[in-house]
Amino acid sequence: MGEVIYPVTEPGEGSAGKTGNWRWQKPIIIIDKCVKCGLCWVYCPEPAIYLDKMGYPHVNYEWCKGCGICAHECPSKAIDMVSEYE
Amino acid sequence: MSRTKLVLTGNYASAYAVLHSRAEVVPAYPITPQTTIVEKIDEFIETGMLDATMVRVESEHSAMAVAIGASAVGVRTYTATSSHGLLYMYENLWWAANARLPIVATFVTRTLGPPWNIWSDHQDFMTLRDSGWILFMVKDAQEAYDLTIQAFKIAENPDVRLPVGIAYDAFVISHTAEPVELLTQEEADKFLPSPKAIQPLLDVDKPYSIGNLPKADYHYILRKNLWENILDAKNVIREVGKEYGELSGRDYSSLVEEYECEDADTVFISMGAMAGEGMDAVDKLRDKGYKVGHLTIRTYRPFPDHEIKTIAENAKRLIVFSRALSNGKGGILYDDVASTLYREGLRMETYDIIAGLAGTEVSEEDFMKIYHDVRSGKLDTGKSIFIRRGEYV
Repeated sequence: MGEVIYPVTEPGEGSAGKTGNWRWQKPIIIIDKCVKCGLCWVYCPEPAIYLDKMGYPHVNYEWCKGCGICAHECPSKAIDMVSEYE
Repeated sequence: MSRTKLVLTGNYASAYAVLHSRAEVVPAYPITPQTTIVEKIDEFIETGMLDATMVRVESEHSAMAVAIGASAVGVRTYTATSSHGLLYMYENLWWAANARLPIVATFVTRTLGPPWNIWSDHQDFMTLRDSGWILFMVKDAQEAYDLTIQAFKIAENPDVRLPVGIAYDAFVISHTAEPVELLTQEEADKFLPSPKAIQPLLDVDKPYSIGNLPKADYHYILRKNLWENILDAKNVIREVGKEYGELSGRDYSSLVEEYECEDADTVFISMGAMAGEGMDAVDKLRDKGYKVGHLTIRTYRPFPDHEIKTIAENAKRLIVFSRALSNGKGGILYDDVASTLYREGLRMETYDIIAGLAGTEVSEEDFMKIYHDVRSGKLDTGKSIFIRRGEYV
């Protein structure tokens, strides 16, 4: 009898490789405006945002696809989306 | 504790099988003629006989979505539907198979509209032909009970891990009461132990995602793997059927049921309720000295190629009755049988009979009329022949 292969994946690098190079715009976090609410970290679908010990968010640009959800959700407008080509 | 024999409809027989299988989650949406299955299961739950959760969903699509979630965490899961409900469930039925989830479901076959029609026709069931579900079609309430219990054991086998469907004809089986012998709960528990959570997908200590985006080459391997597993499942079905036979006295070690086939030169092939009429016709034709047999296809997927080949090698002609039609092609069961013959290198007279569409009755007289018309050369081999209540249409 053959083994059963499940369509299951464990957390790890995706089969498409590092997805940061899909990005045409990147989020820049303006720490002075940040209120440490953590919403960018909650909403990031990858997740490519991590929080440091102080609770400030940082972007992992190797995985960030530049979708802009963090900038959209940020209540204090502390995230700017900047073109990769300018 | 001794066994009980109850007078049960096919639907109540299915419900008792779910009770004795100790299913834990039953998401369902009602549709005629499936409704009385899940009503009875709900009664078992409400009276404390079955420790299960009935999830009252807003559609069949959601019913199968809940079944997928429950089965993915290793919970024994059952649902049932019919006809338009089955088609509404369709996307998730394929998802369940490709996700390798051992869900068991009953499909009470019913005509697809329009026009609106609640009577039996196998067209709804046949849409699952290529889906990866293991598919049985039974011809009485006892088989519905027996195979539903076996279905969980087959589905949960670590070498199979596929959903299993048990189908039977609307009303002729679903609502017709007949004596059914039930296992005791102790016997059922011994035959069917609690399911093992092979892939606890929602285990927070070992997170997985299911159905993630794969590369095409890897996806191809998954497809090939399901293909190999469903073919290997033939032996699992036989072994489980043999074990059930030793327990119950009713043997299921073959994928098919042969009736008077040994020396037959002409063999009828059919599935579902009409198989009973086919076997009655065999008795009457045998009384007159004709060497006729009947082959009932009980396991429809994986398809019993080997069994059909064995029958075909000893016969001169096969007459296949399909209760479902591939529009623009022919009888679906006929095409299955014909392709098996071609692949096995066998050439013989074959007849494609389309009978019982839209719930029209199929009688033993229809089988006998077809037999005599075949023998007198009135019917063409390989052509789709439509018969409705004894008349060619």
